[in-house]
Amino acid sequence: MKLSYYPGCSLQGTAIDYDQSVRKICLNLDIELVDIPDWNCCGASSAHMTDHEVGMRLPMRNLLLAAEANHDILVPCAACFQRLKAADKALRENPTFWDVQEYAPRYEIIHISTFLARPEILTAIKEKVTHDLNGLNIACYYGCLSLRNPRVTDALNWEMPETLEKIVAAIGAKPVAWSHRTECCSGSLTMARPDIAEKLVGDIVTAARRAGAGAMVTDCPMCQANVESRQSGETGRGAELPVFFATELIAAAISGTYPARQQKPHLVSPVVLSRVIDNAVISKEGSV
Amino acid sequence: MDKNCISPDERSEKFLGKLKTRNIDVQACYQCGRCSAGCPIGDFFDLNVMEVVRLAAYGQEERLLESHAIWLCAACETCATRCPNEIEIAGLMDVLRELALRKGITPAEPRIPLFHRAFLGSVGRWGKAYEIGMIANYKIKSGDLMGDMKLGLSMFLKGKLKLVPHSIEAKSEIKEIFSGKGKEYDR
Repeated sequence: MKLSYYPGCSLQGTAIDYDQSVRKICLNLDIELVDIPDWNCCGASSAHMTDHEVGMRLPMRNLLLAAEANHDILVPCAACFQRLKAADKALRENPTFWDVQEYAPRYEIIHISTFLARPEILTAIKEKVTHDLNGLNIACYYGCLSLRNPRVTDALNWEMPETLEKIVAAIGAKPVAWSHRTECCSGSLTMARPDIAEKLVGDIVTAARRAGAGAMVTDCPMCQANVESRQSGETGRGAELPVFFATELIAAAISGTYPARQQKPHLVSPVVLSRVIDNAVISKEGSV
Repeated sequence: MDKNCISPDERSEKFLGKLKTRNIDVQACYQCGRCSAGCPIGDFFDLNVMEVVRLAAYGQEERLLESHAIWLCAACETCATRCPNEIEIAGLMDVLRELALRKGITPAEPRIPLFHRAFLGSVGRWGKAYEIGMIANYKIKSGDLMGDMKLGLSMFLKGKLKLVPHSIEAKSEIKEIFSGKGKEYDR
């Protein structure tokens, strides 16, 4: 399978480990990723929140570059995904408004967990898993932008999504039932109003802990950075929870390792995952 | 007279026309309050979300542009998603922020637009967001030099922040996008 790939800026910076794990598991699953040539920033929230024209034209340039290859486009970042979807809809509806002669590509823009939760991909993942993540109770956290607005994202189940739950169950971890799966962490405000981010993140992490989670998993690089970095503001409420990328967990379950260089980018200690992997190694050796 | 009274004379027809072109049908609001109820940041707002929609329907542009709410909105889209009349409320917030900036209205939350400007400055220059450059620019402009110092340092030490920007090849195309040509305002 061949897909166009749009990593987005976060995956070259704060979430470089997300990019590495996406590429790694796609290699494992025999999925060829072709980076959109010379892609640019999608504008993220800052562009559409303050300048509609720039907010649409930035992602449109990427779509027009991808239209040449015409493969489905895989997007790991929830914000990039939402911006590309918005641009795609606007272009399909009225290309000439945006100074484009014709725009009717057959590709689909797919957010990563929607892709990974497809039945055939889940089966392929299960076949490749060498170390089940048994004993890892995990809160699946979606945040906003891969789901909302569904008129833009075409998400099927925006209030009660289950793609992440399906993915973590496929690698042997246990998704907990909890309340804040699709609540906003206020990533777009985190620099300018850290007080608000600390309140929202505090509520989210407390809810995850209340449900018995030992870790969180997400598919949004902004959520991952924001939820890990703004937890300290609520010290005293309990132990901190690491936030993993779904692909990071899959890579660990497939390879049976969680090397130090993958642990390093975490702002909250991810040691719980190495422990689960170590236990899986022991139970495996025990069964041989 | 009660300052909460709204006179139809103060209605900005231009603003209402603008909302129409963006398919934001604020008149469809029947004040059920689902938008306000679901807003994750509502506790911090001066106007609740439903009030923003209502004031927009009354064409009260000026009051809205001076509000904290338009800047504190995080664009999470919960309001628009849950609106039974599918009013594009998050899109309304976008329009309000853009108008406030274009009209040079002093933002009630000055740091927030400074952050957006710093982010877009880096995108306009390199074609991609360059985190350290963007953060430095924001820190200088906002005067918030010490905030998050420890966090920034630990992100840097963990290799999450790159010292050198990634740049795209076709920077001229990005310049064109930011140049204001083909602005919908000029159509």
